[in-house]
Formats: sequence, C-alpha cells, structure tokens
Amino acid sequence: MPNMSTPGAVAIRPKATRRSAPSSWERLRHAWRRYHTEYLIFLALMAPNLILIAVFVYRPLFLNIYYSTLNWSLGSSTAIRVGLGNYIEWFTDPQSWTVLEVTAIFTVVTVGGSMVLGLALALVLNEKIHFAAFARATVFAPYVLSGVGVGLTWLFIFDPAYGVLGQIIRSFGGTSPQWYLSSPWALAMVMIVYVWKNLGYTAVIYLAGLQAMSQEVLEAADVDGASSTRKLFSVKLPLLSPTTMFLVVTLMLSSLQSFDIIQIMTQGGPFGGTTTLMYEVYHDAFVNGRVGYSSTAAVILFVILFVMTFFYMRFVERKVTYQ
Amino acid sequence: MSTVTRPASTRTPPGAGPQSAPRPAPRSVPRWVRHLFAGYLPLTIATLVIGLPLLWLILSSFKTQGEILTNTIHWLPGSLYFGNFSTAFTIVPFARVFLNSVIVTVIGAGIKVILAIISAYALVFVRFPLKKTIFMLILVALMVPAQISIVPNYVLVAALGGVNTYWGIIVPTLGTAFGTFLLRQQFLMFPTAVAEAAEIDGASHWTRMVHIVMPMRRSAIATLALIYIVLEWNEYIWPLVIVNDPNHMTLPVGLTLLENNEPGSTAWGVVMAGAVLVIVPILLVFIVLQKHIVSGLTQGAVKG
Repeated sequence: MPNMSTPGAVAIRPKATRRSAPSSWERLRHAWRRYHTEYLIFLALMAPNLILIAVFVYRPLFLNIYYSTLNWSLGSSTAIRVGLGNYIEWFTDPQSWTVLEVTAIFTVVTVGGSMVLGLALALVLNEKIHFAAFARATVFAPYVLSGVGVGLTWLFIFDPAYGVLGQIIRSFGGTSPQWYLSSPWALAMVMIVYVWKNLGYTAVIYLAGLQAMSQEVLEAADVDGASSTRKLFSVKLPLLSPTTMFLVVTLMLSSLQSFDIIQIMTQGGPFGGTTTLMYEVYHDAFVNGRVGYSSTAAVILFVILFVMTFFYMRFVERKVTYQ
Repeated sequence: MSTVTRPASTRTPPGAGPQSAPRPAPRSVPRWVRHLFAGYLPLTIATLVIGLPLLWLILSSFKTQGEILTNTIHWLPGSLYFGNFSTAFTIVPFARVFLNSVIVTVIGAGIKVILAIISAYALVFVRFPLKKTIFMLILVALMVPAQISIVPNYVLVAALGGVNTYWGIIVPTLGTAFGTFLLRQQFLMFPTAVAEAAEIDGASHWTRMVHIVMPMRRSAIATLALIYIVLEWNEYIWPLVIVNDPNHMTLPVGLTLLENNEPGSTAWGVVMAGAVLVIVPILLVFIVLQKHIVSGLTQGAVKG
C-alpha cells in the first residue's frame, strides 16, 4: 500500500507550524474550529459501522474471557464464578487432547492437501490450452456454494449402502469403508469434502501468482537450458513463496473455523472423532448448554488464531524485504 | 509481486549476455505429449472430480426412491420425477424458508454494501484526525473470526428478544470490516485531480460520494455486492443458533430439518431436492458472473 495520507491531513500541517510550536491540544482545537463540519460528517458516516463492529465483534471477544470464568447454563439466570475452574477442567480432560489432535490433523491435512493439489492445478491451468478457462471456473465453483448443500450431497455419495462411491467400490469387488460409523473414516470423509470445496480458491490464488511472475526470469531459465522440473523448484516455487505464505495462513485460519460441513456430515461424531475446537465451542454451548465451558474453548481457539496471525505479520514483514 | 521479481530479473545468468545468441528453449518432449499429460488429462480429471458430484446431486433429486435404493447404479433418472421436491415441501415450509433466505440476503447484503461505501468514503475523502487508528480497529476486526463470537452474541440478541426474528438474523453480522477494507483500497486509487476539482467546485460530500465516486467505482461496488450476496445466502452457523422456528429459518438451516426428519438413509432423493434448492440459485449466479466473483473473492491476495 502506498502513501495513505489524505489531502486533509496535509493541509493542516503548514497552518499549525506557522505558530510557534503549538501544543497538540491547541492544534486539535484549531483544526476543530476550522474543520468541525468535516469531522461531524466523518463521525456520522463512520458511526453505524463502528458501533456494529464494537458491539458484535469486539464486545464478544472480551465477554468470552469473562464467560470463561463462569459456571453458567444456557438460558439460566444465575451463574457461579469458578475462576480458572473451566480452564483446569479443559486441560485435565483427556477428551480435550482428542479435540486438539482432531483439530491438528484436520488443519494440517486440509491445508496441506489444498496447497499441493491447488499448486498442481494452477501449474496446469497456467498452460496455454483451450479448456483452461472453463476448468478454472468449474474448479472454483464449490467455493461459493453453501457448505450445507455440499455436505448433504457428499453425505449421499459416501453412504456405504446406497451411495455412488460404495457402488463403484463394490463393482471393483471391494467393500465400502464405514464412513459414518468409524472415527478415522469419518474424519477422512470430512477432510475430503473440505478440500474438494476449497481447492479452487487455492488454485486460483496460485494461478494469479504464476501469471504475475516476470516472463524474463522464466525465459532466462529457458535460455540456460533448465528442465521444467528444475524451473519449478528453482524459479517458480521460490518466487511464489509470498503467495505460499499468504495461503498457509489464510487456509489455516479458515480451516480452524470450519463448521458447516462437520455439523451436516458428522455432528462431531462418531465418538468425537470429528470434533474440532471450533465444533466444540458450538457443541458445548448449544447442545450441552455449558456457556462457560464453551467460552473457555473459544478463548483457547482465539489464542491459537491470534498467535498464528501474529507470526504471519512478523513473517510477512520479513518477506517484503526478502531478496 | 513486482517488488519481489525485479531484483531477480536484473540478475542476468552468465551465459545470457547480449553477445551470446540465445539458444532455443529445450523441447525434449513433443508439444502434444506435454499438452496431453501436463494439460488436458489432469484438467479433465479435475473438472470431472469437481463437476460430477454437482451433476450427481441434480440428477438424484429427480430420481424415484426405487432408482436410489438399488445395488446397480442408475446414472440418469428414468423420467423427470418431481416427487422428491413435493415431499420436501411437505416436511419443511420451503416457500416460506426460501422467501426468508431472499429477504435476509437482500437486506443484509444491501445494508453491508451501503455501510462499506460510506465508511470507505469517510476514511478516504473526509477530514478527521484519528483516521489511521480507526482504520486499524477495522483491520483488526477483520481478523477476529466471527465464529468465536456466537455465544456472547447469542446471549445479547436473545435477551433483546431477537430469537426467531429477521433482525436477530441480520443485525449481528452487519459490521463490515471486509467491505470497508476492499472499497477503501479502491477509493484510494481514485484520481486526486477529479476529487480536488469537485471539492473546489464546492460540491458537497453527498454529491461527491453519490455522483462522482460511486459511479466511477461501480464495478468494485457491484463485485462487493455479489460477494456479500453469496456469503449471506450461505451463512449457516448464526441463523442456526438464533432461529428454531421453521417459519423463520433460512434455507441452509431449513435443510437441516430435512436431514433430521429422515430415519436412517432412506429418503436421499428428498434431501437432494432440498440441497438443489440451496445450491442451484448460487450456481446460476456464479455461472453468469463467475469472472467478477472469482476476482472479487481473491482480490488483494497476491498484492500482499
């Protein structure tokens, strides 16, 4: 982003410096006398949005921390303060470690899967062939479709008795895995659908990165007689590293927050085999009715997301000066 | 991107100086082989893997129970059978649910676009001392995941009587950090000469916003509207939490009813009919406007 200063801010400065070093308070008063209509217009335009953001984004963030210190049933008018009790319970409950494990597997596999497949797809889409524009649109389509509709569609496809996948497996003489009843298969199913839905986004972002790449560099590699594999690993991938970093973080953030597909396909089951941290936040509050415990999970999830965003910011800062 | 590639391109490989004649690129494999195995073949597979499930969904919604509950695959329905749709309509009040979705989407997306326009306009064109701080607050809000706030927001909205109301569904999602961010970037690239000329002419902020800035940035605004329509239509977790009366459900939530209603794995045709109702409208919008949707949703990603 280039210079963000506005004409207004520039206009104030020379006026203010003409006086002998006015205090910032004086400067503000002077500016107010001169521009108060502008300021009022600004506040009027910004107020609705800022109030909505304050009430529905910032307030919940802090309230979660407060709720996490309560033992409070959803709908009940009384709550008991338990201090760090919810946190102690969460960290000593073996179920929490299963949740963290499921969350980690889900995140690593869906992010890794979308990155590898998305990059491969982008490399192919970047070839100059006729079919590419149509393929790009098709591959992107699931990304804009309702997670609920997508989840239902795939639930039918995976149905071990009547689903098309099972029928195809049977026609080759195999038997369909119990996608609904076995934890590992259920987790695999949910991850496959998640990657299927979000792959197009990764592919299109990588494609944009490839197309923004300087042709001179690639031609120089050609002139040097580099093979396509060599070009991929020594030229394209290093030049794509900012895109890769961006994708790793955005995909991780959205993967950690995924809800629709899990709720529709497995409701976190069987035996908690697909309960991610995000799903636990929902389930504890709206199925088990434990607001305080749910908020504890929400705070833990937020800390994870915050740490990741923070590291990304640091990393990106470094990337900008890279090379 | 350009900042990254520039230094690399000046680093000329030793053999490629101006005096040495450039060799032609190596072509060890024939062009058509390369295009087949690194182009058409994988692309066809990818298109099929992505496209066939959607086709399967639409075909299945027209199949009779007998064609679905079978051990041999019926790829195509025997005839256009609408029974699944009529059954779905008897389980869930779909006419009402569909209307709810349209109302929530139009009002929600409409208000968000207006909020994004006025906020971005104020941040770019109106004088105010703390603009950078305010913009930072909006940027941080962009990074706070909405999902994390469902419990406190539910407690607040329920206490205000918002359960099973339109405002209860719409209002808590209205804060528009993403739209403000996107349009602010667009408005920053607005030609300063035009903006200054209008100011000198004494045009009011209203005139400048509605008659100068908005018309010149209408494609960005239309793209934003499109994105919000898609997001609003698909929104699931918040309406799921705040609505429990079928007459106030939006489509994604209403579909959950269909699923719960079916004992075991019997009426897949009915469930597919419901899924068609939620997927096909957006699919049609996407087919017509895919270029705008793709560029809008991926905007800013590569520039970063």
